[in-house]
Amino acid sequence: MIDPSKARVILATDCGSTTTKAILIEHRSGAYRLVVRGEAPTTVEAPFEDVTRGVLNAVREVEEQSGREILDGDRIVSPADGGRGVDIYVSTSSAGGGLQMMVAGVVRSMTAESAERAALGAGAIVMEALASNDGRLPHERIERIRQLRPDMILLSGGVDGGTKSHVVEMAELISAADPRPRLGSGYNLPVIYAGNVDAREDVARILAEGTELSQVDNLRPVLEAENLGPARERIHTLFMEHVMAQAPGYRDLMEWTHVPIMPTPGAVGRMVRVVADRGDIDVVGVDIGGATTDVFSVFGGAFNRTVSANLGMSYSISNVLTEAGLEAIGRWLPFEMSDADLKDRLGNKMIRPTSIPQTMEELVIEQAVAREALRLAFEQHRNFAVELKGVQQHRTISDTFEQQTGGQTLVDLMNLDLIIGSGGVLSHAPRRSQAALMMVDAFQPEGITNLAVDSIFMMPHLGVLSTVHETAALEVFDRDCLVPLGSCVAPVGTGSAGATCVKVKATAEGMETVVYEAPVGELAAIPAGEAEEVILEVAPSRGFDVGAGRGVSVTRTVRNGPVGVIIDTRGRPLHLAADADERVAALRRDYQALDTYPESL
Amino acid sequence: MAHAYTSGLRVSPRTVVSKTRRLPLSGQVVVQVGDRVRPDTVVAETYLPGPVHNVNVANALAIAPEDVPGCMLKQRNEPVEKGELIAESKGIFGLFKSSVRCPESGTIEMVSEVTGQVLIREPSTPVRINAYLDGRVAELLPGEGVVVETVGACIQGIFGVGGEVHAPIRQIVQSPDDEITGDMVDDRCTGQIVCGGSMITLDALRKLIEIGASGVVVGGMQYHDIGDLLGYQIGVAVTGGEDIGLTVVVTEGFGRLPMAERTFELLRSLQGREASLSGATQIRAGVIRPEIVIKSDRAEESPERSDSAGRGLESGSLVRLIRKPWFGEIATVASLPERPVRLPTGALARVLEARRKNGEIVTVPRANVEIVEA
Repeated sequence: MIDPSKARVILATDCGSTTTKAILIEHRSGAYRLVVRGEAPTTVEAPFEDVTRGVLNAVREVEEQSGREILDGDRIVSPADGGRGVDIYVSTSSAGGGLQMMVAGVVRSMTAESAERAALGAGAIVMEALASNDGRLPHERIERIRQLRPDMILLSGGVDGGTKSHVVEMAELISAADPRPRLGSGYNLPVIYAGNVDAREDVARILAEGTELSQVDNLRPVLEAENLGPARERIHTLFMEHVMAQAPGYRDLMEWTHVPIMPTPGAVGRMVRVVADRGDIDVVGVDIGGATTDVFSVFGGAFNRTVSANLGMSYSISNVLTEAGLEAIGRWLPFEMSDADLKDRLGNKMIRPTSIPQTMEELVIEQAVAREALRLAFEQHRNFAVELKGVQQHRTISDTFEQQTGGQTLVDLMNLDLIIGSGGVLSHAPRRSQAALMMVDAFQPEGITNLAVDSIFMMPHLGVLSTVHETAALEVFDRDCLVPLGSCVAPVGTGSAGATCVKVKATAEGMETVVYEAPVGELAAIPAGEAEEVILEVAPSRGFDVGAGRGVSVTRTVRNGPVGVIIDTRGRPLHLAADADERVAALRRDYQALDTYPESL
Repeated sequence: MAHAYTSGLRVSPRTVVSKTRRLPLSGQVVVQVGDRVRPDTVVAETYLPGPVHNVNVANALAIAPEDVPGCMLKQRNEPVEKGELIAESKGIFGLFKSSVRCPESGTIEMVSEVTGQVLIREPSTPVRINAYLDGRVAELLPGEGVVVETVGACIQGIFGVGGEVHAPIRQIVQSPDDEITGDMVDDRCTGQIVCGGSMITLDALRKLIEIGASGVVVGGMQYHDIGDLLGYQIGVAVTGGEDIGLTVVVTEGFGRLPMAERTFELLRSLQGREASLSGATQIRAGVIRPEIVIKSDRAEESPERSDSAGRGLESGSLVRLIRKPWFGEIATVASLPERPVRLPTGALARVLEARRKNGEIVTVPRANVEIVEA
C-alpha cells in the first residue's frame, strides 16, 4: 500500500450477510468524496461458497458506473495510475453470521459484564455470558459451552492480585467442555484470557493444550476501572487470523485488503466514537439489519454497544412479533387488519427475507415493525449501558436523599445531541420523514435532539477506512454519508390536552422567522427550507422541561434537514389511545403533519 | 450491470440430488464409495462425550486444594463406578479418615489442585447418522461422514418443521386450490406423506398427528397455526429439530396459497412412491430448504445434472412472485429494464417486467421474485 496520506482513490467493501456493498472514494477538488456505490449478493453460501465472487461483482458495478478500471481479471489493481486501479482497499465483514462469541467471568454483574462489553465493542454477537454466580450448576455450564459453537471465548475474572480460584475453575469448565469452533474442525478454538494476572500460569496449564489460548491484560484490573482495549484488539486479530481464515474465500480477500478486515459492527462503532469525540457530543447510533439490531452510544465519553441478536427486519422479523406482541406492532398501523393476516405477512417476510414492500400498505407494516424492533433494542441498550458495578461509592450527607446504587444507566435522553439511524428500513425509507418519525417514536428523545441517517449505509466502510485514513473517512462522512433529517423538540412534563405546551421560534437563513405555539398532545413540523442550520428558541410552559428545567427557555442551533423541526408534544413516555378509532385518527393526523405517507393511504 | 442472481426453489422431475451426511463430532464412516444405501442405512457413527459431574473433593475432605491429588484413590483417566471410593484423607495416625464416593459411573477427567475439584465424565453415548436418501455413496468424508447421491424428483419447500422421514406419497386433494381439512384425514393417511393444495387447517394437522401420518406437503398454512402446533412461536426460520410426530413442508408460504401447478402435478405423478422428506429449514447463513426427494425408476441411468442452479435471472425465466399484490403467482420474465423504477411505495428499485398467467405484464421489484429452478 502507498503512503495513505498520498492516496487519491479508495475502494471499500462491506460483506454483509446478504449483500456486499462497495464504494469508491476519490480526492476531487480538494476533498475526498464518494463517487459511486455498487452492490451484489454476498456469496459465502452455496452454490458459490467464496466471498470474493460477491466482492468482485460489487466492484464490477462500481467499475461500470464510474468508468474506472479497478479489476484485472480477479485482481484489484493497486496503486492507482490515472483512470486505473485504487490506492487503498479496505473491507469489513459480517457475512456468515458475523463474529459469535461466548464470554465468561466470575461475577455476572462485574467481570462477566465487562467481558461482554469488550466483546460487543469489538463487534461480536455474545451468544452466552457465563459467570460463577449465574445460578447454574457446573455441569450445566459445561453443557451450555458444548452446545454453542462460538467462534471465540473471552475469559475474564478477578482483579489483579485478587483471588484466582474462581477464574481457574471457569477455565477448568471450559477445558472439560472441550469446545469446538463453529467453522471447520481442523483448528483449536481461540480463547482469550483477560483476567487476574496471577492466574495466568494456571489458566495456561489448563487450556493451552485443547485451545488456541492467548493472554492479554486484565480487562478489570481493579474494580473501579475497565481496560477493554487490549481484549478488543486481540479479538480483532483472532477474528482475522482464525475465524475469517476459515470462512469460504476469506483467505484471498484478506490478501487483497491493505488493512485487516474488521467486523462490520466494530467499524460502525468506531465511526460513532469518532463523531462523538470530534464534536464532544452525546450520540446514539443504531443499525437495524435483517437479523440483528445494533445500538451504539457515547454518553459523557463512555462508549457502549449492544446487539439485539434476534431483533431484525427480515430473518428475525417474527421474533420482533414474538417479543413486542401483535398489539404493539398493530398500534402503529393507521388501518384495520386482522391478526392472522398480519402474522402471515410477517411470517412471509421471515421466509423471504430479501423481498421489499411493493404496496404502501406493506411499507407501513414494515415501518411499524421497525418502530418496535428499535424500541426493544434501545431498551436493552439502556439496561446495558450502565456505570461500572461493584465500585465503591463515596457518599456525603447531601446524597442521603438521592440514594443510587451503582449501575445506573448512562443513557440520558435529555442530553442526547444526535441520533444516527442506519440500515435499510431507515436509510432507504422512501420519504425522510418516515425515517425521522420511526426514530422519534422508538427512541422518544427528550428536549432538543438532532436526527440523521446514514445515506447509503457507509458507516462500516468509513469506520474501517478511519483506521488508515481518518481525514478521508471524516470528509466523506460529513459530505456524503450523514444525511441530516432535521431536529426534534420534545418537552417532558405534564399538562392538560389542548393547553399550550411549548412555544418554538425558528430562525434560519433564507426564511422568515417562524413562531409556533404547540398545544399538549400533538405532532407538528416547521419546515426550514434549504438552510444548513436553524436557531431555535424554545420556551416550554410551566410544567415542561426541554433541558434547562421546567418552564426554562433554551436557545440552541440545530442542523436542518428535509423534515425541518419536529415538535413532539405527545408526552414522554408516549401513550397511544387505547380506543382503535381514536388511535387511528391520531396516527393519521400525525402522519399527515409530517407528510409521512400519501393522503390516499 | 453485475450478474443478477436470485436464488430460487427447485422443482425438478429428474435431477441429481446429493446430500452430505455429516456427524456432529468426528467419528467413523461405516460404508464405502459406491455402496447402495437405503434411507435407514447407517453410514457413520460416533460417540458423544457423556455429561460431566464435578465433586469438590477439597471441601468434602476439608483439605487444601493442593493436597487433593495426594488423597486421590483413582487417578486421571481411570474408570470409576457409582458409589466407589475415589478419594480419602490421610486422617490422624490413620484414624478419623474422611472419604468421597463417586456420584456417577464414568472416568476421572480432571483433578485440580487449584480449585480442589474432581471432574467425572459419564460414558459416551453413540450417535449414528443414516443415509436419508435411497441411493449410492458418492464420496467419503473421512472421519466426518459421506455424500449420498440419488437421481430422482426433488421439490424444495420454503419452510418446514420436523425432521427426516421416509414414506409413500399420498395426494388427498384434487386441485392445487383445494384445502386439506380435518374431514379428509382418515386411516389411509397413516404412515404416508400427505400432499395437498392451498392450505391445511390446524384441525387437519392435529388429526394427521393423531393417526400417525409421516408428513405433509402443502402450499400454505397459517403462521399462527405453527405456534399452536409446537406450543411456542418460531421467531427465526431455523427448524428441523421439532418433535411433533409429523414433518410439515410448506411450498409457497404463509396464508392460503395454491401450490404451484408444476409442483402439484409432479407430486400427483409420483403418487404411491416412496419419498424422503425433511422439514429442516434455515433461512440464514447457510440456507437449508425443506424438501421432498423421490428416487427415479431409472436412477441407474446416466444422471443429468441440473445446470439451472445459480443461473441468473433472464428473459423467459420462470419466476415465483413472492410479495403482495401478486404473492404466490408463477410468472415469466418478459424483460429486465436496466434503470431503477419508482414503486408505489415511493422507493426506487431495480425491477423486471413479468408476464402473469393471464397475459398481463406487471412491474415487479427484482427482489420480489424467486427463480423456479428445474
